[in-house]
Amino acid sequence: MSCGAGEARSAATAPLDVKRLREDFPILHRMVRGRPLVYLDNAATTQKPRLVIDAVSRYYAEENANIHRGVHLLSELATAAYEGAREKVRAFLNAAETREIVFVRGTTEAINLVASSYGRGHLGAGDEVLVTVMEHHSNIVPWQMLCEEKGARLRVAPIDDRGVLDLDAFEKLLGPRTRLVAVCHVSNALGTLNPVLEITALAHARGIPVLLDGAQAVAHQSVDVRALGCDFYAFSGHKLFGPTGIGVLYGRAELLEAMPPWQGGGDMIASVSFEKTTFNVLPYKFEAGTPHIAGVIGLGAALDYVQAVGLGPIAAWEQALLAHGTALLESVPGVRLIGTAPQKASVLSFVLEGVHAHDVGTILDQEGVAIRTGHHCAQPVMDRFGVPATARASLAFYNTFEELDALASGLRKVIEVFA
Amino acid sequence: MSDLRELYQTTILDHYKKPRNFGPLEAATAHAEGYNPLCGDRVTIHVLLDGEIVRDVRFEGSGCAISTASASMMTEAVKGKSRADAERLFQSFHQLIAGPPGALPGPEEVGKLAVFSGVRDYPTRIKCATLVWHALHSALGEAKSVSTE
Repeated sequence: MSCGAGEARSAATAPLDVKRLREDFPILHRMVRGRPLVYLDNAATTQKPRLVIDAVSRYYAEENANIHRGVHLLSELATAAYEGAREKVRAFLNAAETREIVFVRGTTEAINLVASSYGRGHLGAGDEVLVTVMEHHSNIVPWQMLCEEKGARLRVAPIDDRGVLDLDAFEKLLGPRTRLVAVCHVSNALGTLNPVLEITALAHARGIPVLLDGAQAVAHQSVDVRALGCDFYAFSGHKLFGPTGIGVLYGRAELLEAMPPWQGGGDMIASVSFEKTTFNVLPYKFEAGTPHIAGVIGLGAALDYVQAVGLGPIAAWEQALLAHGTALLESVPGVRLIGTAPQKASVLSFVLEGVHAHDVGTILDQEGVAIRTGHHCAQPVMDRFGVPATARASLAFYNTFEELDALASGLRKVIEVFA
Repeated sequence: MSDLRELYQTTILDHYKKPRNFGPLEAATAHAEGYNPLCGDRVTIHVLLDGEIVRDVRFEGSGCAISTASASMMTEAVKGKSRADAERLFQSFHQLIAGPPGALPGPEEVGKLAVFSGVRDYPTRIKCATLVWHALHSALGEAKSVSTE
């Protein structure tokens, strides 16, 4: 895995040509409210390069057909493009085999798949699932639903005032009844980069499988599922410059093989009669129905794009942006950063004294600066820090120092309005 | 900045910084809570009904400038009014910030609440302004069901 700030600094010798790269993103050139768009809401969704938009349109314009069952040319082309993208995902995650890559709608569906298929088969009354305080609701609610159904218990590892996981407390919560650990790789609300190597090592030492929610990680650093040693890894295409409605569940083949299907339908079967249905092999067992073919092809194009840019240089540039943004926000009177972990992705979550995050967001929007305000689908994090909501600027590699300056001057305007 | 002043009028900012009728109301005959998951705003409304008259009304909670000022100004606007008049004012207020442009209520209908007209231009903020009114509506409904027992 390459994600530490240390490596980011060492890779800083190969800086990105951000100005040129911004040319790849049509939307970055539009105006909002009469001003140039400053898009700082990348943790919600990232913008799409022309290459991805074109790949999706080209599929619909030139290759549209259903996959896996047509004998005609278009079906062959569509199938090849779809399965070609699966191989791109495998390579991107450095998974051992393409059958370990299951296409789903997004991170949320990936986690629900594991909760529904693996969880139902492995959890009983009194068993436990361990998560952390900093999870997104999508890595809380599926487990709560499963625990409710099974009479199992959801355990929650605490974080400190910087938003760093308390690893000692986490280890103590790993008990004889723990059946699964589900942790975010990077926190969406705080930016915290979790020590996932240590987490998997601690869990595996007790024979407990680990699911990593990679939704906020994949756009900011390279991910190697075998080096991480995780059992499941979930991410969404739209947070990685790809289309919405497409995501990936990586699962170790041994685990996926033993798991029952979670949805029935076409493509997931080998043969069907009213007496007996035989399920298809991996990964098709988990891909019932016609999938989001255009989304998969778009995701493949996004992976090509992001790897051509280079995740090493991306991480380095984003760490530089993060350092600049942190210093800038700290210089604005009344700003308190929420999430100050030493190992962080490029997320700047903050509150401004005397002004609600929602008002901050509205005023910044008038300046063309798009941020997210609210609880970020992580209400337990808000409760932990005793705030109803935060304002969050989340960065991608196409952001610039000048855009962070626009954020800071926008905040000064907020203060002026509320003075 | 001029656009922003349309939304963040001086009166609104004043009520945000110094909310009126803020706090518990021991004698209240009805309570209701409003929650806006978009911004995490929570407001609790306490109403003291004397027959059909809203004798007193107070609110608690934390929210953005629009929702806090709306709550503060609502308490001032409905205190002393009949329940029916309070409900009618809610309808007019809703027309003011979310109704069709051709049917805007006049100042005689909304009074001081006219300062919220700027919210019309911010669709994502309409819920902030109406949150407390919805809570009042439930509190008045609850009072009704209580009084019929």
